Amino acid sequence: MTINPDQLIQFSPLHRLQWEEAQQKYVILYPEGMVELNQSSAEILKLCDGSRLLSQIVSELEEKFATSGLTNDITNFLNVAAQNGWIQQN
Amino acid sequence: MAGSNKINITPPRWLLAELSYKCPLQCPYCSNPLDYAKYPDELSTDDWKRVLSQARKMGAVQLGFSGGEPLTRQDLSELVRHARELGYYSNLITSGYGLTEDRIIELKQAGLDHIQISIQASTQELNDHLAGTETYQRKQDVAHLIKKHGYPMVLCVVIHRENIHQMPQILEMAENLGADYLELANTQYYGWAHLNRDALLPTREQFIEAEKIAQAFKEKVAGKMKIYYVVPDFHEDRPKACMNGWGTTFLTIAPDGTALPCHSARELPGLDCPNVKDFSIEEIWNESKTFNFFRGTEWMQEPCRSCDEKLKDFGGCRCQAFLFNGDMYSTDPVCSKSPERHRIDAAIASARESALSGDAKPLVFRNSKNSKQF
Repeated sequence: MTINPDQLIQFSPLHRLQWEEAQQKYVILYPEGMVELNQSSAEILKLCDGSRLLSQIVSELEEKFATSGLTNDITNFLNVAAQNGWIQQN
Repeated sequence: MAGSNKINITPPRWLLAELSYKCPLQCPYCSNPLDYAKYPDELSTDDWKRVLSQARKMGAVQLGFSGGEPLTRQDLSELVRHARELGYYSNLITSGYGLTEDRIIELKQAGLDHIQISIQASTQELNDHLAGTETYQRKQDVAHLIKKHGYPMVLCVVIHRENIHQMPQILEMAENLGADYLELANTQYYGWAHLNRDALLPTREQFIEAEKIAQAFKEKVAGKMKIYYVVPDFHEDRPKACMNGWGTTFLTIAPDGTALPCHSARELPGLDCPNVKDFSIEEIWNESKTFNFFRGTEWMQEPCRSCDEKLKDFGGCRCQAFLFNGDMYSTDPVCSKSPERHRIDAAIASARESALSGDAKPLVFRNSKNSKQF
């Protein structure tokens, strides 16, 4: 499963992305399970709200963190996220 | 007392709220204590809300509403709503029996995240026999309704000698019902399952065959359905890392408010399990004798004490050590390093003999009448 650059990316309705105060980190919650996220993964997933394409997510994050060349890292992470069912494209 | 206080106490992450021991089903492998009929009291709505709030504040995030049958509680939606407001991920662990479409909608609106429904077998005859109740058709209908209303669905099938031959049909049924996850839960032999072990424990050949079929299917449905395979630990040579370590992650609250480090801990002698009516969750988790009993490694005996795997499996399961060896401090007898491993091998041989001879003792079903005998 790889990300289609021409389709919007949305977070899975069968999972929940949530800030955990006790752990001071974002987590993904799903039936009887939890994945703890590092900061960069959480920043990417927060933008997967069904209103952005891959290229838009990349440019927003490059702007936010005043850097460039994030395309490969973000694409790789989103491919893993799609394989895990955390995000989807219709 | 075995453990000493304040050994790397991590906060609870998983809260299992056993709302009631009442259940319309009579499954002979139920993990509830054999003598559950002795504990008919149930916490009030306010008690449960306080427990949920206190555990959430400490960091619990996964919440299971279980039992017995949690649907027997009329305040379930109110508790679900409270849990959602606190930020829990709420799992309803149910037989599905008594779950109407109206209630599915009401629970969704209250903020329930997920429903796990159990099915006992892939055929009506066997399902209804094992459940001791005519439930098969209702469960199929409920599974469709759960998907219709947008919940993620886990289908849980407890595997044992009466249904293990149905593995291909069970997998097919899960796919047809649109399950997002299939939990193939090899029976863990506590409570009623321990009592019925000779009739329930499959042979090694049956396990190997069933696992092969499940593995092949896992690849076929990859990306559509996830399969959780709960390992049959009797046929392993190392014990399970039970509860991810005592008092590290899991907190169970029994219907009467007794706080337990695992749902079988009530069977262990001398733990004096605290009640949420007397203490806060923070006091129970951090300070109680019960939750500190097997924390850390100081309590261990040989061969665990000097074992280089002791931080991997924490000596295995305390309840299993007690059930088989009569000594809850001893190494889980599943471990090939345990001098008591022969007890597990004898249990496997005894069940095998019972399977081959075809004259197993009849199953003892989980109901109040039978429970009162313990």
